[in-house]
Amino acid sequence: MAKSQIAMTVNGKAVEALVEPRTLLIHFLREQLNLTGPHIGCETSHCGACTVDLDGKSVKSCTVFAVQANGGDIRTIEGMAAADGTLHALQEGFREMHGLQCGFCTPGMIVRAYRLLEENKNPTEEEIRLGISGNLCRCTGYQNIVKAIQYAAAKLGGVPFQEAAE
Amino acid sequence: MNDQTPTSTERAEKLQGMGCKRKRVEDIRFVQGKGNYVDDLKLPGMLYGDFTRSPHGHARIKKIDTTKAAAVPGVVAVLTAETLKTVNLAWMPTLAGDVQMVLADGKVLYQNQEVAFVIAEDRYVAADAADLVEVEYEALPVNVDPLKAMAADAPMIREDIKDKTEGAHGKRKHYNHVFNWQAGDQAATDAAFAKADVTIKELIVYPRVHPCPLETCQCVASFDKIKGELTLWGTFQAPHVIRTVGSLISKIPEHKIHVIAPDIGGGFGNKVGAYSGYICAIVASIVTGRPVKWVEDRIENLSTTAFARDFHMETEIACTKDGKVTALRCYTIADHGAFDACANATKWPAGLFSIITGSYDFPAAHVSVDGVYTNKAPGGVAYRCSFRVTEAAYCIERAMDIMAQKLGMDPAEFRMKNLIRREQFPYTSAMGWEYDSGDYHTAMTKAMETVKYQELRAEQKAKQEAFKRGETREVMGIGVAFFTEIVGAGPSRACDILGIAMFDSAEIRIHPTGTGICRLGTKSQGQGHETTYAQIIATEIGLPADNITVEEGNTDTAPYGLGTYGSRSTPVSGAATAMACRKIKAKAQMIAAYMLEVHDDDLEWDVDRFRVKGNPERFKTMTELAWAAYHQVPPGMEPGLEAVNYYDPPNFTYPFGAYICVVDVDVDTGVTKVRRFYALDDCGTRINPMIIEGQIHGGLTEAFGIAMGQEIHYDDEGNVTTASFMDYFLPTAVETPKWETDWTTTPSPHHPIGAKGVGESPNVGGVPCFANAVNDAFKFLGSTHIAMPHDHWRTWMAADKLGLHG
Repeated sequence: MAKSQIAMTVNGKAVEALVEPRTLLIHFLREQLNLTGPHIGCETSHCGACTVDLDGKSVKSCTVFAVQANGGDIRTIEGMAAADGTLHALQEGFREMHGLQCGFCTPGMIVRAYRLLEENKNPTEEEIRLGISGNLCRCTGYQNIVKAIQYAAAKLGGVPFQEAAE
Repeated sequence: MNDQTPTSTERAEKLQGMGCKRKRVEDIRFVQGKGNYVDDLKLPGMLYGDFTRSPHGHARIKKIDTTKAAAVPGVVAVLTAETLKTVNLAWMPTLAGDVQMVLADGKVLYQNQEVAFVIAEDRYVAADAADLVEVEYEALPVNVDPLKAMAADAPMIREDIKDKTEGAHGKRKHYNHVFNWQAGDQAATDAAFAKADVTIKELIVYPRVHPCPLETCQCVASFDKIKGELTLWGTFQAPHVIRTVGSLISKIPEHKIHVIAPDIGGGFGNKVGAYSGYICAIVASIVTGRPVKWVEDRIENLSTTAFARDFHMETEIACTKDGKVTALRCYTIADHGAFDACANATKWPAGLFSIITGSYDFPAAHVSVDGVYTNKAPGGVAYRCSFRVTEAAYCIERAMDIMAQKLGMDPAEFRMKNLIRREQFPYTSAMGWEYDSGDYHTAMTKAMETVKYQELRAEQKAKQEAFKRGETREVMGIGVAFFTEIVGAGPSRACDILGIAMFDSAEIRIHPTGTGICRLGTKSQGQGHETTYAQIIATEIGLPADNITVEEGNTDTAPYGLGTYGSRSTPVSGAATAMACRKIKAKAQMIAAYMLEVHDDDLEWDVDRFRVKGNPERFKTMTELAWAAYHQVPPGMEPGLEAVNYYDPPNFTYPFGAYICVVDVDVDTGVTKVRRFYALDDCGTRINPMIIEGQIHGGLTEAFGIAMGQEIHYDDEGNVTTASFMDYFLPTAVETPKWETDWTTTPSPHHPIGAKGVGESPNVGGVPCFANAVNDAFKFLGSTHIAMPHDHWRTWMAADKLGLHG
């Protein structure tokens, strides 16, 4: 199959590649760029394990063609920590609040939560739950994921995190 | 004494041993996207396999033509049953003593069954070519109803065993019969029923569901022709079992098979069995001489690998008029699909289903299970439960509610009256199980007091009156469930898989600098083993948990074990870990005695050191003793500090819990809102309360999914209609209720650290609790049993049947 030339920014780095027009963005990221953080859980946009940030929006990269991301600016889980390795507040929050178990949904969940907090710096619990409803988790029951995102929101806002009374 | 010396308590805290909320070691890699899952693996020259699958539920195969598929550029080979026959692998044995087709041989028995395996240079080409395999089918009559499977004119599913009157578990009474299995005392049970004051009878159906971990089943097989060795990476909950079964099937010597289970994205029972994809990838690698990857997609996952439940339980309880249970009788039809590929301990074709008397003191009980073949996918795994325990718990907890209703008693009061009393433990049930420990009344009372049970009932009564007056269209339900599990399979006298006793193992090696590695026969799929096993070691031998690496999943390095499912890691490998630690500690004590020039008996253990009794300033820490083990052992002693333990548990463990759920149901929309869910769990000694709570949240969410919406449904033609996330309900953060967790602690008397296991309790107790809550909401309108799942549509239908829509 004839290949298309694409160029984009991934985690702050310029990337150029040849892809088949039908190559899905998730396969391009995982197999050509070796960014195996985003995962494939359904290939039908339901589970959100493949979520990446594309031009300021959360997208399910299993239903975006790589050629559609041509010229785009992408951030994956691999681009969340600072250059010196310091974890992003969300990454820290997920660990502190036990917001993950098997870890398979975590990269998509964190990247989704990143965009959520970019759009709403101080979301209510209800807003968080609605905001991550495109990302499925089979292990945690979401309660600690919500706390992890609240932890990150507090930290990014410079205020100490206080768990809501049960 | 030097005042800088930390106190025992301070030193114990630093170890991060049992009981502390240690943060998870695994998370560091997972939050950075650096987990290492099977599909992340990329080997030079790797090929990809994909299946051509049957569109029919039941059909004879007239012809398979692979010419067009094989001609696609990039396709390397196409396997069919005919190719597999040349290496004697068209069929494979199942864990349940049956055989199953690897690729369809002569006919297909369920929709999406594997027919051909295409191997290509990339996954897109493999998928393209799989579509081009041409198969000519002749459709056959289909049966997907287990209750009709043994009818005289039922379609014959298994022609290959049509003349076999004996199956793996005794006599077969029909060509679609798999086994009959019974437990308990039938005569005593019938006698109790004959003189009972009150009886109830209900067909309680636990529908077919699927564990559905977020990562599907997958593997990479790499056969080295020069060495004659196979390396198999895969999503395996039981890597050693896969190696042994793989060797028996393939005839590759077991020491030349290297099975590696890397990080696993959830299992919940789905990743216990051996699937066609694994066998085909292995054969493909042998045929092509290149590594072959097979990755299931979601539809394949939901429709072919490992369903759960599909138990149709006709249940009766006998009772005195004042509410004491006297007997339980249950006849079950178990739908095993087209092959009996149930993942059970081999001698237990219906698993541990005879735990069905639950938490109650039944003087007599009898259960009989008939397994049948239908045109559905094979499997029968335990979806987040010990073998068939959630079926049993759902059944008894529904039946107890139905009986309470008939007696006009409150369901909690009825349970309190019949719960096994503390002084009866160890308690032998009518089915012969010896419950190790329990304090049920304390747990139930705590649950009822915490939720203010009597106030809830008063509120419900007021709402029912308001409903009757037409002031509201909402009905309130209070679900109560008290469950007892049987986990930690298991004692070798009772449990084996294909003849291998269900022990498990731990091997601990302490390095000279006081750090170490622990390898185990279990395999985490999210349970946090790297964190919790190290906590056991920290408490047992006084080295910081942070100094211990925990490693699982590589059959070359890990000691043999039966894997992780049925809540067996803590009860079995957790015990093995403690026992191995005690060997290490015993040796360290001898070294300490030698160094301190005292007798072994003059030493006492203090958190992280041996000290001389009555002279605590003379001590040797475990770190010092580790160093000494490599250069200063007593004469005649072997150097080094390591131990291995294979633990054959003396009994199962019996975790239990009391759950209460409050729901509000809109009778006009069928929408059920979970207002409150309170879960009290008693899992014995608690190793890491943070991880326990997380497991309970997750298990309750899976229970919520099952009770409120999950079903793998087949239409009459054998089409599976719920095999994608469009149709199969997985709760999102929006529907998922908030969970309240609580606990009591009743240690297991036979486990070295008193732990019982917890991961599956919330699923076992949660499902009946939700179901009882929805049913409770409609009780006052004359309803006795509404079947799962309680989705909006079915709940609306139930309300409609009760005449609530005018």
